[in-house]
Amino acid sequence: MTEKYIARSTAIAARMLGGEMMIMSAVDSTFFTLNQVATAIWQAADGRTPLAEIVARIVCEEFDVEPEVARRDAEQFVDELAQHGILLVSDRPFENPPVEAA
Amino acid sequence: MSLVQEMNERALALGVPLGVHLDVTYRCNERCIHCYLEHDDHGEMTTAEIKDVLNQLAEAGTFFLTLSGGEVLMRRDFFEILEHARRLLFSVKIKTNGVMIREVEARRMRNLGVEQVQISIYSRRAEIHDAITKLPGSLKRSLEAIRFLKSQGLKVTIANVLMTANLGEHDGVQALAGELGVSYTLDPTITPKIDGDTSILNLRISGIELNEVFHNKNLVGNVEEFCAPPPPPGDDVMEGLPCSAGHTAAYITPYGDVFPCVQFPLPSGNLRRQKFIDIWRESPELNDVRSIRAKDLPVCSACSHVGTCTRCPGLAYMEGSMRGPSTADCQKSFHRTGIPSANMLRKTRTSGPLIQIQSLVE
Repeated sequence: MTEKYIARSTAIAARMLGGEMMIMSAVDSTFFTLNQVATAIWQAADGRTPLAEIVARIVCEEFDVEPEVARRDAEQFVDELAQHGILLVSDRPFENPPVEAA
Repeated sequence: MSLVQEMNERALALGVPLGVHLDVTYRCNERCIHCYLEHDDHGEMTTAEIKDVLNQLAEAGTFFLTLSGGEVLMRRDFFEILEHARRLLFSVKIKTNGVMIREVEARRMRNLGVEQVQISIYSRRAEIHDAITKLPGSLKRSLEAIRFLKSQGLKVTIANVLMTANLGEHDGVQALAGELGVSYTLDPTITPKIDGDTSILNLRISGIELNEVFHNKNLVGNVEEFCAPPPPPGDDVMEGLPCSAGHTAAYITPYGDVFPCVQFPLPSGNLRRQKFIDIWRESPELNDVRSIRAKDLPVCSACSHVGTCTRCPGLAYMEGSMRGPSTADCQKSFHRTGIPSANMLRKTRTSGPLIQIQSLVE
């Protein structure tokens, strides 16, 4: 299976509010709130750490989720945000680091 | 409840200033006859000061940032400010007259991920628009700006302030917005100048004209619903907050003064002397604003419109008391529904003859 790298898009507005990340796509103004697990993935999306490592190190360890469930949920989440241009996905590390997490 | 409403509710519960309006300058290349500002520079915040304010706002949890003026592009460092704001991931709305926006500026705004640009248009006829802005050629320039912004894929809104000087022009401006493929808003509110001068209030349209606006389905949608008599207020209404000013919204002047709202010039602190978060949390003025509930309003709590009125506490403040009525909003409620407000009835009663003559012989 090819490695996936995820990076936060700059074409968004985002802010942490009460422990959850609020994100608005500057492309289509779609609004998202991320729960704590999704927020943790979002914050770890530095474009250089493989998604599998993010899932293993953050989701499974910090939130005590079974690896298979965590992987499936994370991929679904990444696909959805990628469709709205909120996360950028690549099979190789990004050259330029993304913006600071809000 | 939409996600944005949920976000507002959460911000209110957490005491977060979710939306901040920052005027980066009061300088302007137009001299609009209805403008509430004084345009000389009395010591605007520097680039570094504004960037620091933006850092503080991001830290405080602000999400929606409106950059306005004056004319924002009168500041040579405007794009540096905008770039910093976007780096901090604010959702940025820009209010401008567009006169200085050409293709290059439009592209930079697009590249920086600006959420929306609002441009004021008063008429589709240059002789009327330019007479209001007092800048010859301004309509042409503003419309060109809208086209540049649209061609970059940016969301644009035409804001049309309605006053005696452009009465009857709103249909044309609304049609123009449709032709340009942009949103349109109409606002019949003329506010006193920020220093309290009320001389420009004579530009407010009359009640008859306000009535026509409120009964125009092209502007309000469902007229029957929009103009319906107010339902009896429940307890939730009486415990309700007047608006977001000071609760989830704040306004910052180019000099660092903090007010509850751009339309509510209650000095609450200055960012050159205090941190934003300290003003936001500790200011006695903001806490006073936050303490107001509909049931506490001496006149309006007894008004049948209390649950549906657009009563602006800022306009009320400029009339003398933030807990008092706002005459302009009383007029709106009346001309929308045909039912006089408690404030109007009170004035009618007190404006009767001072001496009543009655025969001694019954």
